[in-house]
Amino acid sequence: MFAYAIRSLAQGLLVLVAVAFISFSMFRFVGDPVANMVGQEASVQDRQELAERLGLTDPWPVQFARFMGNAVKGEFGVSYRQGRKVSDLIKERLPATVELAVLSAAFATLFGVLFGVYAAINRTGLGSNIIMTGSLVGVSLPTFLIGIGLIFIFSVELRWLPSFGRGETVKLGWWTTGLLTESGRKSLILPVLTLGFFQLTLIMRLVRAEMLEVMRADFIRFARARGIPERAIQLRHALRNTLVPVVTIAGLQLGSVIAFAIVTETVFQWPGLGALFVNAVQFADVPVMAAYLMFVAAVFVVVNLTVDLLYFLLDPRLRSGAKIAKGH
Amino acid sequence: MTKNNNASGPVLSVSDLSLEFVTRRGVLKALDRVSFDIARGEVLGVVGESGAGKSLTGSAIIGLIEKPGRLSGGEVRLNGERIDNLSPEAMRKIRGRKIGMIFQDPLTSLNPLFRVGDQIAETVMAHMNVSRAEARARALALLTEVGIPAPESRIDAYPHEFSGGMRQRVVISLALAAEPDLIIADEPTTALDVSVQAQIITLLKRLCRERGTSVMLITHDMGVIAETADRVAVMYAGRVAEIGPVADVIRNPQHPYAAGLMGAIPALKKNVGRLAQISGSMPRLNAIPPGCAFRPRCPKAFDRCAAERPDLMQAGKSRAACWLVDQGVPA
Ligand SMILES: Nc1ncnc2c1ncn2[C@@H]1O[C@H](COP(=O)(O)OP(=O)(O)OP(=O)(O)O)[C@@H](O)[C@H]1O
Ligand code: SF4
Ligand SMILES: [Mg+2]
Repeated sequence: MFAYAIRSLAQGLLVLVAVAFISFSMFRFVGDPVANMVGQEASVQDRQELAERLGLTDPWPVQFARFMGNAVKGEFGVSYRQGRKVSDLIKERLPATVELAVLSAAFATLFGVLFGVYAAINRTGLGSNIIMTGSLVGVSLPTFLIGIGLIFIFSVELRWLPSFGRGETVKLGWWTTGLLTESGRKSLILPVLTLGFFQLTLIMRLVRAEMLEVMRADFIRFARARGIPERAIQLRHALRNTLVPVVTIAGLQLGSVIAFAIVTETVFQWPGLGALFVNAVQFADVPVMAAYLMFVAAVFVVVNLTVDLLYFLLDPRLRSGAKIAKGH
Repeated sequence: MTKNNNASGPVLSVSDLSLEFVTRRGVLKALDRVSFDIARGEVLGVVGESGAGKSLTGSAIIGLIEKPGRLSGGEVRLNGERIDNLSPEAMRKIRGRKIGMIFQDPLTSLNPLFRVGDQIAETVMAHMNVSRAEARARALALLTEVGIPAPESRIDAYPHEFSGGMRQRVVISLALAAEPDLIIADEPTTALDVSVQAQIITLLKRLCRERGTSVMLITHDMGVIAETADRVAVMYAGRVAEIGPVADVIRNPQHPYAAGLMGAIPALKKNVGRLAQISGSMPRLNAIPPGCAFRPRCPKAFDRCAAERPDLMQAGKSRAACWLVDQGVPA
């Protein structure tokens, strides 16, 4: 297990270095940082000086090493457009995105597993037919359409929920949260539904398919032959076996919630990292773009590692190192 | 029926049990009026070619028939009481508690994600009103009894941490966990290494004898039958062809199909082999001939065999479904 964890960690680091290299390359290929900083009127002399001061005349491996060193410290320089430190911008926007993504992920996982299990157990009932049809909508409709639809129903027609922004937020140290005020909580509902819906349907279909498969296994039949109550067979024996493979795929999907947040944040004018990134792209604000890329990569790597570890906790066959190849 | 009448009667009594699969292309009769009894403490061997309906009979008794299949007639009595028409919950309480089951493959029989001790304790608690600690103590006792070395530590091991033979011992302890009256063992050693097959059969036989538990032992191994069973039922095309005391059926088979099978055991003592090959093959379910199902392969068939189906008829100590018996001609 230890060797496996080390290997996952090494892979994660490799991914981070690769993404860092891409981010770093943007500085060289997207626009001219010196021009961005000093404006059009500066003399050639001034530019040369600035370039040297910024280390832009050093060989690129040196520059990349410096970039990596700074990235590890969370430093990505100064935003071309806003003239503020990128790390401050990120810190300011992070809470909005994290609250949105974590709640969406929790919402998607909870209801995805719940509905999936229900649809697997009551395979032919009306309830599961409704769930399965609804899930087709979730899988096929683009996120922004779902967001706009929800806004239309709940903000425009019913006027129950706000259609944009975070509402009032409360400061907890450098963190800002919308969870402690009513308007903050109300503002979260539609974006969370929008962002979580696709993942929910995906997890649900996955859980259902996997659980139906598991219910055909010999050990389920043997559990019945031992007289274990059907509910215990479904919710203990089958569900646990269902979750082993589901955790991997669902975990990775949830990592992408952060990435999908871009669309949702744009639709709901959510002041998070996704919106920050979209702005940065419009203005070729390379330091912000680079920082965002690194952030997303880091999230994926962390999610990946967590999923790998969870896998170990769930499957004793992996824990003892036996039959890794056989898997499922 | 009261229980008192049946203390001396058979543990299990199957009569005219029929099972069919309703498919798009019609109704397939997979079991056709199967009848047999198993006495208290008795080991009944069940043999027959692949597809003869041995496993289906076991599933039907324990109430685990899967979807397109359904019972279409006959009854199953356990200690004299009908169990084939019970509610699912009533039947669940019988499974494990009154009738235990052992399947062929011990690797896939156990839930890979649960410790073996927990699986045994779970079974105990599903049927007996005991605390978790008592159930665990019982699990430990069972593991000890089935011969798992160092059971105190192995109780917390996962199924994959056991060898095939050890795993089947765990499965046996699961089947015995709630002290059933009858164990249905469906080819319990087929998936195992040859070197441990005999041990597992010996163990199963010893445990059941000690408890007075009856066994329905499905196998292809006539040697195992000869050494283990008290009586044997020979199945063919979803019917019982012959049933009787092992010695009689082996030495003096009354049904030509049984006679063909026993051809595999020339000396009848040691080195007994597997079932003999009889020329031809068993008919598919959609092509079972009228009259005697064995007629197309039977060397002794005559007119009546095609016209009328023979029922089980007394022939010495055995009963055989063959018109020859009626005519007093030995097979
Ligand atoms: N779901 C099903 N639909 C149609 N026919 C089936 C189905 N399940 C089993 N059968 C048929 O029922 C018959 C009896 O099967 P069964 O499994 O009881 O045989 P068996 O005697 O146990 O054979 P084996 O020695 O191979 O285990 C076979 O002909 C099989 O094809
Ligand atoms: S009834 Fe006729 S066909 Fe059937 S086994 Fe007896 S002799 Fe052969
Ligand atoms: Mg079988």
